[in-house]
Amino acid sequence: MAPVVTRYMKSPVGAHYGLGDWLLQRLTAIVMLAYTLAFGACVLMHAPSSYADWKTIFAGGFVRVGTMLFFISLLYHAWIGMRDILMDYVHATGLRLALEMAVALALLFYLVWSASILWGR
Amino acid sequence: MNAQKPRPKYYDLNLAHLPAAGLLSIFHRVSGALLFFPILPGLLYMLHLGLGSDEGYARVAAFAAHPVVKLAFLGIVWLYAHHFFAGIRYLLLDVHVGIAKAPSRSSAIAVFVLGVVATLLIGWRLW
Repeated sequence: MAPVVTRYMKSPVGAHYGLGDWLLQRLTAIVMLAYTLAFGACVLMHAPSSYADWKTIFAGGFVRVGTMLFFISLLYHAWIGMRDILMDYVHATGLRLALEMAVALALLFYLVWSASILWGR
Repeated sequence: MNAQKPRPKYYDLNLAHLPAAGLLSIFHRVSGALLFFPILPGLLYMLHLGLGSDEGYARVAAFAAHPVVKLAFLGIVWLYAHHFFAGIRYLLLDVHVGIAKAPSRSSAIAVFVLGVVATLLIGWRLW
């Protein structure tokens, strides 16, 4: 019987981080879907019409955490989407890198901003 | 040696020539990009003002009462609704629901219709 030779073969299709992002894009979409339906139904049923109404809605811990979860999902989802768009249309490496940095920085800024809106005051 | 033949290129950029699913796909991209900028920072700023103080809320309320702003809001609702329903369609396609040619075409048309209907319903509720 001929000896079985196994040899380590490097996978030819990259680092596979694309699959994780693809999955997270879907997971974050489902989180946002649930939040949109729940929050949309609440606001459409009894429309808040004053500052006090809005304040009361966002005073609840459950709403705050849910909204923050929505924002985190939104920002990660937006990162994957914008990165995909930039990879598809901006072929000059330097420019693409600069734009990706700008998107990432903006999203990090929004993350801190949304947390400060929800808990800051 | 044989000379490299140039690859054939076919760029039909006329959106009207795209099948419904293709049109949906590019609208999903465009709506997503617009939601990221300028809509997301705009709405965050309004939330920041509106939840920040009484006078901030009054400023946002006065701004939002303007007919042109209301119309712009309806546009935002449409972009969000379209992205929302198109996303649900992609999630279903991911699990192989409606993946054949005919149902994927009719579901693409359904997404366009649902996006407009949802926008009209929300608009009617807001006015």
